[in-house]
Amino acid sequence: MGSRCLPCQAVFVPPRALCPRCDSSAMEWQRMDGRGKLVAFTCIAIGTPAMLKQGYGRENPYCTGVVELEENARVVARIQGVDTRNPATISVGMPLQVDFLREDSGSGSRTVLAFKPLPAG
Amino acid sequence: MRKKRNLSRGVALVGAGMSQFGMFRDRDSKDLFLEAFRAMIASVDKGLDPADIDAFYLGNYSNDFFVRQSHWGAILSDALGLVPRPATRTEGACASSALAFREGVFAIASGFYDAVLVGGVEDMSKGATEVVAEGLGMAAIPYERDVGFTFPGVFGTIATAYFDKFGASREHLMNVTIKSHDNAARNPKAQLSATLEDVMAAKKKRAESKGRTVPNWPDPKAFLRDPRANPVVAWPIHLFDCCPISDGACCLLLVGEELARNFTDDPLYVAGIGQASGRGLHASEDLTTFEATRYAAREAFDMAGIAADEVQFAEVHDCFSIAELLHIEDLGFFPAGHGYKAVEEGQTRLDGSKPINTSGGLKCKGHPVGATGAAQIFEVWTQLRGQAGERQVPGHPRLGAAQNLGGTGGTSTVTVLERR
Ligand SMILES: [Zn+2]
Repeated sequence: MGSRCLPCQAVFVPPRALCPRCDSSAMEWQRMDGRGKLVAFTCIAIGTPAMLKQGYGRENPYCTGVVELEENARVVARIQGVDTRNPATISVGMPLQVDFLREDSGSGSRTVLAFKPLPAG
Repeated sequence: MRKKRNLSRGVALVGAGMSQFGMFRDRDSKDLFLEAFRAMIASVDKGLDPADIDAFYLGNYSNDFFVRQSHWGAILSDALGLVPRPATRTEGACASSALAFREGVFAIASGFYDAVLVGGVEDMSKGATEVVAEGLGMAAIPYERDVGFTFPGVFGTIATAYFDKFGASREHLMNVTIKSHDNAARNPKAQLSATLEDVMAAKKKRAESKGRTVPNWPDPKAFLRDPRANPVVAWPIHLFDCCPISDGACCLLLVGEELARNFTDDPLYVAGIGQASGRGLHASEDLTTFEATRYAAREAFDMAGIAADEVQFAEVHDCFSIAELLHIEDLGFFPAGHGYKAVEEGQTRLDGSKPINTSGGLKCKGHPVGATGAAQIFEVWTQLRGQAGERQVPGHPRLGAAQNLGGTGGTSTVTVLERR
């Protein structure tokens, strides 16, 4: 979910209570369709402590990136289903669809925003 | 409309000193700061009585985390013999001491003080690499950290955006790295004071002495392309695109402009200062530019009454090689998308039209985060006063700039110094 500013129609993910463009607090919820394209990415070999604990590392990098949603908002997310050991195969502009992840957070599980390549056709 | 800003009283830089940068097992941030403080006093041509210092502004990112010690301004103040004069600590991640410098400038410009000590220090190498990374990660944007972004990861993401938009590649990042090493080899205070040829020779010798296969790299780029020598950290950022973990300190002495000649016949003047804030990756419309740097540069250059072209050399924040490319464009030295070509053509080398990071930059001089902003200004001081030795920018430059970034772009500052 994101938020949409009623006066200026800007969309924010994660949702904001105050619009940084027009300072309005009049927001409504905005549901996202979950489709977008890859704006930029990285394949991380030396990860955050939480990711290292999950077994990611030099031999098994993970991909994170910036995704532009069809609703005209950008998010940062994990990118699944790509060959992180061959980053040359991952291309800016590739179409993606949302693919939420459940991860162990140490004290229970949490949901992580993730995307995967949109199957062709 | 933005208004052109001015200081109501001119401010001069009349002393500057820095400690050796490096990883020190047996020296803490007090030891390093005292080294920088003594060097600063020795640099004041006509002498300085520390009793003349009215106040102290210290940039320090996180002694709290790295060595479990807060309140470092006042505690250092006692070590320096400055008690009971006021000490104020500033924090802006890797831009902490550039913020201290600004506060010092404002304190003098307002007429409140006549002489201010500005310092920066960080002591961050004592813990394991993961602990250092965790400490730096505290300055990251929580939303980005939660999906797994690291600092190198954010800059790797910026790099893929830059490559895609402008047709640059890893080879262009290597040009930045090679230049940084060449410059640092001429800077005795630098942490990595060696050319890549020196680094390669040392690695070959080591392999030989251990009876291992001696690698055969024909040139520095072959070395940088070798994944064993230069492993990936966060694609396309590799080990040699990253600044090291560093300890170090730097001290600067600011005085009211009309008092400058009491301290030296060769003062420098604060011609322009700018500071701005930026936003995270997801909120940036264009990942190939630092909004805060562009804003801070305009503010500083407008105040100095100059165009970007008139700045003769600069220290810019190259925490990762890609950041140097963005910054030389955001400062207006080269048009957007042309920075990597300028570096490839040698324009940013010591003998080029716009020398960048003559000190070796964060990449090779080292990046003790709280000291970096002040240390950049130290390099500008050294160059403008013609004291840079083998790495001296030719032609007696008059105008130099320093640009310091906090975090992944949340803070940026630009300072222009002038020799009149
Ligand atoms: Zn709005």
